[in-house]
Amino acid sequence: MLQQIEGSAAVAQAVATCRPQVIAAYPITPQTHIVEGLGDMVRRGEVGNCEFLNVESEFGAMSVCIGSSAAGARTYTATSSQGMLFMMEAVYNASGMGLPIVMTVGNRAIGPPINIWNDWSDSMAARDAAWIQLFVENNQQAADVHVQAFRLAEAVSLPVMVCMDGFILTHAYTRVDVPEQADVDRFLPAFEPRQVLDPAAPITMGAMVGPEAFAEVRFLAHYKQLEALDLIPAHAAEFGQIFGRDSGGLLKSFAAEDKDTVVVTMGSVVGTLKSVLAEMRADGNSIGLLSIRSYRPFPKQQLCDALAGAKRVVVFEKSLAVGMGGILAADVRMALANLSIPVYSVIGGLGGRPITSVNLRRMLDKGVADELEEPHFHDLDVDVVHRELERLRDIQRPGPSAESILRDVAGAHGATGKSA
Amino acid sequence: MSRTPDSQQRVKFYQTGTFTVGNRLLDDAQRTVQASVERANSLDSGHRACQGCGEALGARYVVDAALRAADDKLVAANATGCLEVFTTPYPESAWRLPWIHSLFGNAPAVGAGIAAGLRARGIDDVRVLAQGGDGGTTDIGMGCLSGMFDRNDDVFYVCYNNQAYMNTGVQRSSQTPPAARTATTTVAGSEPGNELGTGKSVPLIAMAHGIPYVATASVHDLHDLELKVARAMEFHGARYLEVFVPCPLGWGSKPADTIKVARLATQSGMFPLFEAEYGEITATTKIRTRSPVDEYLKLQRRFAHVFQPGNEHQLEALRQVAERNIRRFDLVADTEDSA
Ligand SMILES: Cc1ncc(C[n+]2csc(CCOP(=O)(O)OP(=O)(O)O)c2C)c(N)n1
Ligand code: SF4
Ligand SMILES: [Mg+2]
Repeated sequence: MLQQIEGSAAVAQAVATCRPQVIAAYPITPQTHIVEGLGDMVRRGEVGNCEFLNVESEFGAMSVCIGSSAAGARTYTATSSQGMLFMMEAVYNASGMGLPIVMTVGNRAIGPPINIWNDWSDSMAARDAAWIQLFVENNQQAADVHVQAFRLAEAVSLPVMVCMDGFILTHAYTRVDVPEQADVDRFLPAFEPRQVLDPAAPITMGAMVGPEAFAEVRFLAHYKQLEALDLIPAHAAEFGQIFGRDSGGLLKSFAAEDKDTVVVTMGSVVGTLKSVLAEMRADGNSIGLLSIRSYRPFPKQQLCDALAGAKRVVVFEKSLAVGMGGILAADVRMALANLSIPVYSVIGGLGGRPITSVNLRRMLDKGVADELEEPHFHDLDVDVVHRELERLRDIQRPGPSAESILRDVAGAHGATGKSA
Repeated sequence: MSRTPDSQQRVKFYQTGTFTVGNRLLDDAQRTVQASVERANSLDSGHRACQGCGEALGARYVVDAALRAADDKLVAANATGCLEVFTTPYPESAWRLPWIHSLFGNAPAVGAGIAAGLRARGIDDVRVLAQGGDGGTTDIGMGCLSGMFDRNDDVFYVCYNNQAYMNTGVQRSSQTPPAARTATTTVAGSEPGNELGTGKSVPLIAMAHGIPYVATASVHDLHDLELKVARAMEFHGARYLEVFVPCPLGWGSKPADTIKVARLATQSGMFPLFEAEYGEITATTKIRTRSPVDEYLKLQRRFAHVFQPGNEHQLEALRQVAERNIRRFDLVADTEDSA
């Protein structure tokens, strides 16, 4: 049903149509509205036979999910940022045991400095945890991809994260065609667990595995993700037939074919980039956009095919491997290892820094002229950084940099920190 | 290890007709679960616990008794620790019930999740047991444990208290008694062994949550332990049982002395046995003949230094632990009040 609705509410409604049986909730901005919405629906009896647990921590949340999924129940939770880190041991455990839990990540920066705004640090921290990670560009996709996520998780017996940009999507009111129950029921079969704790057929789960078999068990997780590379487009196609919408899939081209420059990114910045690139094309640039929707598994071959004709690739991402550069850029470079196409790594939007069409255009004008340094920090105030570096050199006990940078940015006294 | 479909196994080490726990004095109905040829043997032989391991003994009795109470419909979640490691190196498993090990500090939450999953699936006849060592329960698992108590999740949680992190080589936990030697509280310096004035009582913490049932038990009185398991299983909601399980390896006691050490712990007042319902103590096991604390300590090398000149205050501190327990839980039978 078409609604003008908050992203979190749309996700909550979409998850509810998936008939979850156990939901573990713990508050952290910006995912909170999703579990609040679900909790309310469960109380009103709108989610069928569903247990909603207010747990004591994110570690508890994911641990409850592990138990309920192992008990054969369809299981959901959501988190962000510090919450992801707090549950990390259990995040690895869920995937290691092949439990098809679905979790929304309202993508948010990781502190310190503590920051509630959007970037992808949380999902990236769990990048290697063997979870499938699906990124969404808008709230329509956010709603739709959750439905596909349960199908995928249960098909390959791996947990799935649906990654949606915090605030930009979670808190935005937009028009969303929320999936109808009858359609979801056609698309998503009832959960048939591959392994279940059942007194009628006792199994031992989570026991110790030594060097003789550990590599094989880990390889199997990798293999299942490669299987997902086939299933994700197949599910997206089937979803399209039932719902009449293009949602999900491995990646999506927005006029990327036969272009000299292709921008590669994920998530909500796709919207802004589409209009910037249309403008640049109107100005005579040969430039297109490729949005990666499945980050794990990473569609290496599909990406390689889509970029084979490009003269240069600009990877824009809201994540940073400190001491190295772009994380997504490294993956793209690996996918293109056999092609000699320069790949520029651009890191922007950290901690919710606004990404505007103006600053994107400025950066991309440099990009098409091959003038981007490696890596390029988008919209970085170099002067502020230099002043702080100077202060750190000059002062014996300079105190917290975050504080002094904020003061500097605010234009207050002590720009060089000497009076602090 | 193969699982014989036949649950009736040859009686192994605890038999009908022995003098243990006065079995021969009881009628059949009252005899200990292990004395029955129909017992579950949920924790099967062939596991890799040390000789004389109190935890292996305790777990076997707890799980069998819980299975009997649950009509064999029981699922277990286990924390990381000795019990997990010695029972389940794949592809061998000593467990004859559905069993999951997830992490060190999350067994209470995994248990809560299982209970929620079963309920959501409309399965109301399968019960949930969660278990772990003292470290997994009272230190790293404390958050999840308290959360499970707070929500009154339908989980029976059992802590096997051997007073240290045994699986990683005997390090101090919050259950390590005063002055005890562990690998991180060595016999060195002016205050050898564990610091005095530290630690916590998790049964009392559990009671503060007002949950339906809290109890302590010990492997020297297996009949009492089984009765407490059975009682716990009569309730729904969060329940907590702490079982005193000597660890010969970590305590430096003789494997053959495990039961003796456990009995002396209770009889000296070092480990009080009691039951509580909804936050109120309902029963305590009275000490009939009080044993000196020193007798208990002398069986264990971890306390050897407290008998050295210069450490008299440590010995005194340990004696005071027993005194306090006796006062607090009113442990001495009336006839011996003056003792
Ligand atoms: C998060 C985490 N930290 C530490 C460990 C290492 N570790 C495994 S078992 C164990 C000790 C277990 O002690 P306890 O819970 O008392 O059980 P016991 O072995 O004494 O029965 C430790 C420290 C771990 N597995 N996970
Ligand atoms: S170290 Fe202690 S607790 Fe662990 S198996 Fe040996 S006796 Fe049992
Ligand atoms: Mg221990």
